[in-house]
Amino acid sequence: MQQRNSLDVALKDLQLKLLRMGADVQEALREAVEALKVLDATRAQKVVDGDKSVNRQEHAIEDLCIRLIATQQPVATDLRKIVAAMRIAADLERMGDNAVDIAKSVVRMNGETLIKPLIDIPKMAGLIDTMITNALRAYVDNSVELAQKLATEDDAVDHIYRSIVEELFTLTSEKPTVISQAMTLAFVGRYLERIGDHATNIGESVIYIVSGERSDLN
Amino acid sequence: MGQSITVENLQAWYGEQLTLREISMDVDANQVTAIIGPSGCGKSTFIRCLNRLHETIPQGKVRGRVRLGTEDLYAMDPVDVRRVVGMVFQKPNPFPTMSIYENVAIGLKLGGIRNKSELLDRVEQSLRMAALWDEVKDRLHKPAVALSGGQQQRLCIARALAVEPEVLLMDEPASALDPVSTLRVEELVLQLKERYTILIVTHNMQQAARIADKTAFFLNGELIEYGDTTTMFTKPADKRTEDYITGRFG
Repeated sequence: MQQRNSLDVALKDLQLKLLRMGADVQEALREAVEALKVLDATRAQKVVDGDKSVNRQEHAIEDLCIRLIATQQPVATDLRKIVAAMRIAADLERMGDNAVDIAKSVVRMNGETLIKPLIDIPKMAGLIDTMITNALRAYVDNSVELAQKLATEDDAVDHIYRSIVEELFTLTSEKPTVISQAMTLAFVGRYLERIGDHATNIGESVIYIVSGERSDLN
Repeated sequence: MGQSITVENLQAWYGEQLTLREISMDVDANQVTAIIGPSGCGKSTFIRCLNRLHETIPQGKVRGRVRLGTEDLYAMDPVDVRRVVGMVFQKPNPFPTMSIYENVAIGLKLGGIRNKSELLDRVEQSLRMAALWDEVKDRLHKPAVALSGGQQQRLCIARALAVEPEVLLMDEPASALDPVSTLRVEELVLQLKERYTILIVTHNMQQAARIADKTAFFLNGELIEYGDTTTMFTKPADKRTEDYITGRFG
């Protein structure tokens, strides 16, 4: 088969850019959760500061996609790859923002001690971390199967999220003094849950690339 | 109004060489249908079978059925066929010794219209439909060859429209034109589909994507894929279509 070298090289570059951005977002999330576990505001602040780089990467990916649409007139799979890349970049950017939200919560809790040892939130974060890995792997491998599995993984995340909220609710009724931190932690759960939703969106984009079909994984 | 075209098991030969293999497709009335495919795939031969031009070539042979509406195209008089199925070619081909007016009027005169005011009305109407009237109304009796390439092509479209066809075949009508003239022809095609059924052969994928309701992909004399243009250019069903439209072969 004849190759379209410049387009193929650019599509490869697009994929690498997305993977690099995905890795950075994943790292930001890990750092935010590690900072939360020990309430390390300095570590959390680094996550906040690092978000500019993620935003820049999103713009670079968007610019590349726009350039390819304008100059290469992509169709069929090429077009779907480019359109999906723009969506995936937007999802990763939102995931990065949610990691920053978690990090900002840690900064706000500076000087406090945790009202309880964190168990479910790190567990939830671990599931999310796997979801991000799987979403990116589905993207690289064009794997519909892996993309569809994200829906099941997201259900598990939603389940933990509900139990976190219930636990915090019970805790606040027993100890009203912890309401403020309990609310913050509930929001952290919410941010994590949102990241999971964005990971499923990436799965939907993968399915679109492979089959051209729309799907709903969450 | 345009007529639908039904093609059944159409085969065409140049001598011993089979160039169209069992083509069957329904062309919708008042729609633009693009025919795409690499050089030599049979797309021009296909549309030339639809106005019975192919059989005028020495050793050109056709088999199969083509219906225009309900009428069997190959049972009709070829002269009548070419009146109801007009054709515009790749290179603008106005009659070089005739004026702008005469180029459009000639088909009408050959059809027996002699009344001067009727001729003028029909010429004006055709030039208006071809979006050329405003540019030529003050020089109707000047030589047609003095027009620009884009104008000459619209003149040829006007000439084809003058005899009030039902179907308009266009064989790469914009490939010899500059981008602005190309866009004008494309706009014109979109307007004309209200009144005519249009089939357009094009090498320009984006042109097919822009103007066609349906697209047919031909390869080695076979119809590989035929369907809604948007679907064809976003998720073609056949790998060969995908490879061709993404520029990976052909």
